[in-house]
Amino acid sequence: MELFIAQLLNGFANAAALFMVASGLSLIFGVTRIVNFSHGSFYMLGAYIGYSLMQVLPGAVGFWGAVVLAGLAVGVIGVVVEVCVLRPIYKAPELFQLVATFGVILVIQDLALMVWGPDDMLGPRAPGLKGIVRILGEPIPQYDLALIAITPFVLFGLWYMMAKTRAGILVRAATQDREMVGALGVNQAWLFTGVFFLGSALAGLGGAIQLPKGGADLMMDFNILGAIFVVVVIAGMGSLPGAYVASVLISVLGVFGVAYLPHSTLVLMFVVMALVLMIRPYGLFGRAEVAGEHGQVGEPERPIKPAGRNARIWVALGLLVLAAVPVFGSSFSQVLITDIIIFCLFAASLHFMLGLGGMVSFGHAAYFGGGAYVAALLVSYANTPMELALILAPIGAGMLAFLIGWFCIRLTGVYFAMLTLAFAQLLWSLVFQWGEVTGGDDGMVDLWPSAWLNSTSAYYYLTLVLGVGSIILLRHVAHSPFGYALRASRDSSRQAEATGINTQRMKWAAFTLAGMMAGLAGGLFLFSKGSIFPSEMETAKSFDGLIVLFLGGVKTLSGAVVGAASLELVKDLITRLEYWRLMLGLLIIGVVILAPEGIVGSLQSAKEKLGLSKQENNQ
Amino acid sequence: MTLLKKTITLAAVAAVGLGSFAAQASETIKVGDINHYKRLAFLAQPYKKGLDLAVSEINADGGVLGKPLEIIYRDDQGKPGEAVKIAEELMTRDGTVMLTGTILSNVGLAISSYAAEKKYLYLAAEPLADALVWAKGNEYTFRLRPSTYMQAAMLAEQAAKDPAVKYATIAPNYAYGKDAVAAFKKALTALRPDVTFVTEQWPALFKIDAGAEVQAIERAKPDAIYNVTFGGDLGKFVRQGSLRGLFDDRKVYGLLTGEPEYIDPLKDEAPEGWVVTGYPWYDFEGGANKAFVDAYKAAYGERPGIGSLVGYTTGQTIGAGIRSAGSTDTQALVAAFKGLQVDTPVGQIMFRKQDHQSTMGAFVGTTAIRDGMGVMVDWSYKDGADYLPSDAEVKLLRPSAN
Repeated sequence: MELFIAQLLNGFANAAALFMVASGLSLIFGVTRIVNFSHGSFYMLGAYIGYSLMQVLPGAVGFWGAVVLAGLAVGVIGVVVEVCVLRPIYKAPELFQLVATFGVILVIQDLALMVWGPDDMLGPRAPGLKGIVRILGEPIPQYDLALIAITPFVLFGLWYMMAKTRAGILVRAATQDREMVGALGVNQAWLFTGVFFLGSALAGLGGAIQLPKGGADLMMDFNILGAIFVVVVIAGMGSLPGAYVASVLISVLGVFGVAYLPHSTLVLMFVVMALVLMIRPYGLFGRAEVAGEHGQVGEPERPIKPAGRNARIWVALGLLVLAAVPVFGSSFSQVLITDIIIFCLFAASLHFMLGLGGMVSFGHAAYFGGGAYVAALLVSYANTPMELALILAPIGAGMLAFLIGWFCIRLTGVYFAMLTLAFAQLLWSLVFQWGEVTGGDDGMVDLWPSAWLNSTSAYYYLTLVLGVGSIILLRHVAHSPFGYALRASRDSSRQAEATGINTQRMKWAAFTLAGMMAGLAGGLFLFSKGSIFPSEMETAKSFDGLIVLFLGGVKTLSGAVVGAASLELVKDLITRLEYWRLMLGLLIIGVVILAPEGIVGSLQSAKEKLGLSKQENNQ
Repeated sequence: MTLLKKTITLAAVAAVGLGSFAAQASETIKVGDINHYKRLAFLAQPYKKGLDLAVSEINADGGVLGKPLEIIYRDDQGKPGEAVKIAEELMTRDGTVMLTGTILSNVGLAISSYAAEKKYLYLAAEPLADALVWAKGNEYTFRLRPSTYMQAAMLAEQAAKDPAVKYATIAPNYAYGKDAVAAFKKALTALRPDVTFVTEQWPALFKIDAGAEVQAIERAKPDAIYNVTFGGDLGKFVRQGSLRGLFDDRKVYGLLTGEPEYIDPLKDEAPEGWVVTGYPWYDFEGGANKAFVDAYKAAYGERPGIGSLVGYTTGQTIGAGIRSAGSTDTQALVAAFKGLQVDTPVGQIMFRKQDHQSTMGAFVGTTAIRDGMGVMVDWSYKDGADYLPSDAEVKLLRPSAN
């Protein structure tokens, strides 16, 4: 019993920083609808700035002053990011801003490395709260008790501000309907900036206040990201009391998980999130999203059409050049292009469900890695010939997508995205944890193609035929009756159903097909590298896919391929430089601001403006 | 778009320019180094400095085969697939003669498999996985640093001398952590069959919930604790453990805990009385160890870490290997690396013919606080050769040896 109380207190103390960071994310999402990936970076900055201030400011006053100042400083940084990076692109397609926030992550990572150096910093202890208190004989750190006491005040303060002040009323109004708030004469731009300040400041505060329990390091931005998204989703987007309850729930379960299921540390919170979403699709305290509220931001999407004759000729020429690469190109150029084609297929498969199906998946890497692992396991344990394994890779991944899709398609929007993320994380941790079979994070190695495919050029041709063939197939499907029905389901599910389209079944089929194609990409990847590791199923891989999709242009058919090829090429060129992440981050932000419809989309618009091609909808 | 396109064009022009420059300046012998310079900067940077130091010494000494040695450093983002691509690029486009580097075991294993397939020589500098030389060992891969198994066996030997019988373990939840616990258990129970393991804790790497871990270990009431956590996890674990009295009257054995990269950030909170492996650079009184520490401090104005030592030794190994081979042909290099002897700061080491593992050892000592910093006292250097399995066992462990 004593231990139980002590564990409970520990959970409540852990919830403090988590709640502050997550409530900031929730506020920002609620008002601006931006899925802010860089929120973890603000948390990291809070920790570093707090650490530096605590070195200078003396005593208990200095310590708490440093915590507050770190929060304010990070709030200001948040404002700078909002004004410089996000404000120019509020009119861009839904979720486009997440690409920009990804650029911000890269920039902050390298800047933090420059300023604070690579070494981990152990947080300073809080003056006056360094010891323990015995409660029922169990040692409880004094600082934990302080955290438990402070958190409700922060919650109350936030609640008071939201419920009782004019600013709070405006924020809540904007959460409900920002168009209407704008129409009533409220300056939306400043409202957004204010919310960004508050949200970022909370992240900074969370980063600084956890210092005595933790520290500052360069990996904490990504490390907290999963947890805060889980909290926000379990809570229901935009709900502050929900964020508190969810933080406590996750933290307390985490503590008991450590004690009674020590192996559960990787996956527990994602299991909880998946369960909550299956029972309550909008989180514990969330409301159903109003249909159409943020379905079509910006210009309405044009109908897609098959490529014209000119485009076909250009693509055919391009393919001829690619086919001739082994004749005139180096061995490395074939390896590089193989990588790029595989990544393009992965991005194109994501585009099929996201662009055409309107289903934003945050966990698409699960099917890429799933396909690769299916093939790897078949070769390693069933002595399957490599050719057969490569054929079974997309089938295995498709089966996974079929199963997971069944759970996911009943949700929409960000909740759908988070459930796909949760399943991806479950699969990842299965592969990661089940070392006896999958090799864990040491992966599966020495899996090379059959002899006739093993030369660089032979494998290059295999990838070219299968990869480009599949991308063309996906395009073809987009123009088939299934493709039309899918887009109808995306654009207007009620009308589509009225015309006799089973929209859920269309989405499920698209989910499965996208999973299959990602699985094929994974199979090709496996045999090109000779090895597969769980890192290929990580969330970061899923995000890579999202980013190239938006960079290329989510509303165009070729955007995914163009974006993927561009990013891979740029990465290959700049990763040899010292601060390449900074450059890549700035480059992404630059592209996002200059080409808010993505590379292909903005090119098309520019061509039309210059009169080089006709408006498609005039035809 | 325009920006991206311009950048691509510019970068392409720059790359072509660089390429032609490299082709002209092939008066050097190039070695490709792949590492996680961004993902694990705090470990990779000391390594790079050590390697740079060794290369500059080799070149001051006339280089190898009459040419200067040059290292091409590449960042792999910590991704195995990326590392494999870079390996190909280094070997076929940049004209490197062999590959080295990496800290993460999975990246090391990916490069190793690729090296065997393409017949490139790969000197794995720091990855610790036992599989690299045993289960997945191959003709073209050699490993420098003492493996997980060797370092865990050194600690188990110390633990066996203590009367404690009930052990708790705490290790990050990934392959290295699992290997380190399995190796310690195997080595300790071989020496002391009466030992039992009462709990095993597996915090997620770099996401430890230290308070909860400490409570869970306390609940099991062990006599002694075996710690594999490192980096930020270690600091949090030590702070919560000290605060809650977990380490009172308990022996703790810490794998890698005494390495400056891990113990220095703890400052005056470093644990006292733990038996650890590490690197006591501050205590050398002469000889090659002291000479290396002095040269490193003179070159960079900071203390060396264990990564610096490994990086430096990597450079020495490359130099010795190429000299001994008398050519940069891969087959000649592989032949030369088998049984290669290298004079290093820690003494002469040898790359074993049977499993391509070097006999580089590790320092084992007890932690203490000196001048507000954690240090190792009563340390001694354990020769790696004494902690490797017998040839008969290696044959069983390494399928490719037969």
